[in-house]
Amino acid sequence: MKPAPFDYVRPDRLADAVAALAAPESKVMAGGQSLVPLLSMRLASPSLVVDINGLPGLDAITVTSGGVQVGALARHTAVLESPEVARVQPLVPMALAHVAHATVRNRGTTVGSLVHADSAAEMPVVLSLLGGSIEVSGPAGRRTIAASELFVGPLESSVAPDEIALSAFFPALPPGAGVAFDEIARRHGDYALVGAAALVEGERIRVGYLSVSDVPTVVDLTGVPAADRAEAALEQLDPTGDIHATAAYRRTLVRVLTDRVVAAATANAQGGTP
Amino acid sequence: MTTKLMGQPVQRVEDRRFLHGEGRYVDDILAGPGAGPAVLHAAVLRSPHAHARILDIDVSGVLDVDGVHAVYTYDDLSGPMAEPLPVLIPHPALTHGRTQYALARDEVNHVGEAIAFVVAEDRYLAEDAVNRIVVDYEVLPAVVGLDAARAADRLVHDDVPGNVGARLEQTVGDAPAAIAAAPHRLALDLEIERSACMPLEGRGTVARWDHDSDRLVLWSSTQTSTGVRAAVAAKLGLDIGRVDVITPDVGGGFGVKIVHPWPEELLVPMAARALDRPVKFTEDRREHFVSSAHERGQTQHIEVGFDDDGRLLGLDVEFWHDHGAYTPYGLIVPIITSTQLLGPYKPGAYRVVFESLYTNTVIVTPYRGAGRPQGCFAMERTMDAIAAYLGRDRTEVRAVNFIRPDEFPYDHGLVFQDGRALEYDSGDYPASLDKLRKLIDWDGFAEFRRACAEQGRTVGIGLACYVEGTGVGPYEGAHVHVETTGKVKVATGLTTQGQSHQTAFAQIVADELGVRFDDVEVVTGDTRRMPYAVGTFASRAAVMSGSAIHKAARRTREKALRLAADALEASVDDLEIVDGIVGVRGTDRSIPLGTLSVLSNPLRYAFDEASKAATQFSVGDSEQPPVAEGDQPGLEGTDFYSPEHATFASGMHAAIVETDPDTAEIRILRYAVVHDCGNLINPMVVEGQIHGGVAQGIGGALYERMAYDDSGQLLNASFMDFLMPYVSEIPDAIDIDHLETPSPLNPLGIKGAGEAGVIPVSAVIAAAISDAEGFPITAMPISPSDLHTLREEHRP
Amino acid sequence: MNEIRRETRHEIRLRVNGVTYELRVPARRLLSDALRHDLGLTGTHVGCEHGVCGSCTILADGEPVRACLLLAVAATAHEITTVEGLAGPDGEPNAVQRAFAECHGLQCGFCTPGFLTTVTAGLRRDPCPTRDAAREMIAGNLCRCTGYQNIVRAVERAAELESAQEPAR
Repeated sequence: MKPAPFDYVRPDRLADAVAALAAPESKVMAGGQSLVPLLSMRLASPSLVVDINGLPGLDAITVTSGGVQVGALARHTAVLESPEVARVQPLVPMALAHVAHATVRNRGTTVGSLVHADSAAEMPVVLSLLGGSIEVSGPAGRRTIAASELFVGPLESSVAPDEIALSAFFPALPPGAGVAFDEIARRHGDYALVGAAALVEGERIRVGYLSVSDVPTVVDLTGVPAADRAEAALEQLDPTGDIHATAAYRRTLVRVLTDRVVAAATANAQGGTP
Repeated sequence: MTTKLMGQPVQRVEDRRFLHGEGRYVDDILAGPGAGPAVLHAAVLRSPHAHARILDIDVSGVLDVDGVHAVYTYDDLSGPMAEPLPVLIPHPALTHGRTQYALARDEVNHVGEAIAFVVAEDRYLAEDAVNRIVVDYEVLPAVVGLDAARAADRLVHDDVPGNVGARLEQTVGDAPAAIAAAPHRLALDLEIERSACMPLEGRGTVARWDHDSDRLVLWSSTQTSTGVRAAVAAKLGLDIGRVDVITPDVGGGFGVKIVHPWPEELLVPMAARALDRPVKFTEDRREHFVSSAHERGQTQHIEVGFDDDGRLLGLDVEFWHDHGAYTPYGLIVPIITSTQLLGPYKPGAYRVVFESLYTNTVIVTPYRGAGRPQGCFAMERTMDAIAAYLGRDRTEVRAVNFIRPDEFPYDHGLVFQDGRALEYDSGDYPASLDKLRKLIDWDGFAEFRRACAEQGRTVGIGLACYVEGTGVGPYEGAHVHVETTGKVKVATGLTTQGQSHQTAFAQIVADELGVRFDDVEVVTGDTRRMPYAVGTFASRAAVMSGSAIHKAARRTREKALRLAADALEASVDDLEIVDGIVGVRGTDRSIPLGTLSVLSNPLRYAFDEASKAATQFSVGDSEQPPVAEGDQPGLEGTDFYSPEHATFASGMHAAIVETDPDTAEIRILRYAVVHDCGNLINPMVVEGQIHGGVAQGIGGALYERMAYDDSGQLLNASFMDFLMPYVSEIPDAIDIDHLETPSPLNPLGIKGAGEAGVIPVSAVIAAAISDAEGFPITAMPISPSDLHTLREEHRP
Repeated sequence: MNEIRRETRHEIRLRVNGVTYELRVPARRLLSDALRHDLGLTGTHVGCEHGVCGSCTILADGEPVRACLLLAVAATAHEITTVEGLAGPDGEPNAVQRAFAECHGLQCGFCTPGFLTTVTAGLRRDPCPTRDAAREMIAGNLCRCTGYQNIVRAVERAAELESAQEPAR
């Protein structure tokens, strides 16, 4: 389990990084926590790895009343432990606490996990539920990609191969709104069998799900009677079976988690403990 | 007087090096700058298919790769190397034993089977080269799982009809007749899936051909260095005395490292000799999943007849054992299942028959517990079924079937895995059960269940009992040597994978020889120090090497006392040894063991102050030969221990589990262990073994299985998907109580403890879940998803 | 099939346990391999090479990370600490090392370096962990021998030893 050969650059200017990515089969590396295992298993064999850890300023976490902007080099741990982030958008740390284990969070980046676009991961669904976005830089300059446009297929994002994600933006929790996150995993720290995040804002109820379809999926349950929410959600999801869980079991977990996270988010909105 | 160390929780001497990163594991050998001659690294091309004919192998693209030194395929093998690997433990019932070649000849029978072997400057380059080898396969239909093996519409080996490698039956009395005549009868069908030892260190081999002394030095993470030595010598056509095998620190074994020779253990020294460079193979995790052995997979059919009290009158067991693609380790696992499933019980009449079947999957060889977890599952599920049928307490049904303490030695009339009688030496099962009931509060559980039910919680309790034959032969040996400094060097040939042998064996020597614990240094698994040995498996190290070391220390003590009696002009009976000094009781006359060591070796030359005392003008009766007839120079002793048959440890576990009514998640609330391995050498170490065994058992009960698809691909060959428990999956406390029923078979009264913790866990957890859910659990492991499926099936 | 390419070797400087090492490595060389095979620091063990087992955990600027998930060329910016660097200058074991010995928190010793680095850093963040926090601290490291019971005790014991050692903390 050793990577195939590749070239490596570690530019210290964004323009150089973007220029380097013009090479075919190049790949950006930030924390490397998803990329390096793929390299070692030779499931990914880029010809060039562009290490962006030398780019200045990308580790910033900027919190405003409007939301949280997380730089591409901000590690999960830094985001998770920021009291400012928790104050402005508590769903972010709620979900981050479920991302792998502390040691991986120390190196892995939140933006990296977004562009990795794994529908079994926590942060893509959080970004989708909150209606966040990421900012990328490429040969044509910068652009912003809304979460709704970002996740296009299994492990596939709409970030072009020659673009670098610079930051992610998680909108703030509106006053009076509430959030919750829960997941069922085989082991603590594993990818979830099913996970759910809820955002309750007045009458409006939305729930995002992970591990139940190819892309993180957000379902609007506004106006659906409490007893029917889970079934309404299941109509828009496509849980499948694998070696860890049958499709029927995943459907049961969707039911359980929908009720749990909606109740918890409602309590959170009313000032209760999430 | 020095405190006796036997029975004391002495801190480990091993820890110093492990805690400072100074352990020496195989991959550490010749690693780093200045570590010795630059070592080459090997990688193996492994079959991507479960069953295929090899039509052609094209290695032409490989030697061009910079840094590649050699590539070998079957065609490059000759002599014994070109013959199939040995069937290590032949058995008359193994009528169709088959083994692989070191490199596949014309057919592969599981994903991961070795096809080509590449040696390069480093492992990265070796893997690059492996990826450039082109093999033309004719893919054949695969036989995966016991159902497919039994159906036999496809064969693993063309010349093995029905995929049956062996069929073995043992009987005591007429079980079918006894069952037919019994007042009550039940039948059960049970299933246990595959798992694996999964030590955190994979297999490893380093070899160096020393041209100056014309010797092969081989380091292996094996559980049997003498076995590897003999196998390598035979396969490479070397005199055995020209091969040294050293097993340094080993990062866990649990059984998988007992098989030998693995292909790489032969190919590494072959290449090292041919290339005149040291060569290293370090198995990676992905390889470990598909090229190192698995265990456990069985399906079982049980018929039982019993009376109104639940007393067994007849037990008839038929089971099918999945041994994978080849049978290098013979029938050990199913034989153990078939004999040890009886546990602490008298079965009445007993008949057991098994078929050991080929599948196109990784080979199956003993994994900690070695067939016992399956046997325990069969017996204990049967006990629970009887209790449920009769409406009796599960502990009562077990108690009426126990072998009573006054019935030992108890001969079951069966042949055990060592070819010897299945005769239990000692035990006290009623006392164990009493302790367990108290430890888990069996009688208070009904109240606890009621209280939980009021909160909407579902809980269940289960128990299981086992007996484990430990310390099987044929023998182990030991050499104890007192140096002239008074330090004591001890060597025994079996190997160590974390069981604290250096500590426990030093305790035995310190006690017997009367020396300070800190002055004793123990070496294991080095054929240069002790060339006669068997290996570490079957919970035998403490019993076998512990006893041999005790005997060798006694011989050394006897010689020391004889020499001291001469030197001090005293009677042996008046001497004692305390902290390495032999003294005459009640006097101040004494002599250190180090000085006796000097005197024991008559010298011509003095090289330091101490040795002057042993030179020819200083000592000895000039009328007598300096070394007396029948004596030997040196203060040392060698001895061996070879018992008639195994000693039988036992234990009982109980657990309380909670099942989530919504998510079917399963949580262990309490886990209790009563354990009897005879006299304890070091209770701290024994408890550590139990903790580890129970955790491994919990892995096997709730998390770990080998998920093969129908084409024979292993779908979960990584730590992402093969779910070994982290701390978060193991209960916060495992309550342990000990019973010490000494074994009459060895001088220390000890029994083995290494495997015990793992044996009953699946049976206990199944029982507790069954109790919580109200329907039988007949297949393990069980996941929340599995439990969810069962709930749907049993929904009223 | 890939073309055979001659690999570029990068001249790098690694700071490990306070010592600067100069190395020439290809870009793909994992930090775990560089530590073990290029520097001979074999205390860092490799158990899975996909970031799950935790045996190769080292400290980068004092925080635990997986050495198998870092490229050596990318590790130059960090101050690396391996198990060999945990003891005091005179070889005196640190509180975590002592606690693991006292509590029999290791058997085969293979996963141990990863636990020691993890816990050493963990107790810096949380010097007095609760039982749950002690369990969480080691929740990303696999051990196949001990069943974790004694490792959890060792974390708590190490906290005791450290607080006794540095009452000012």
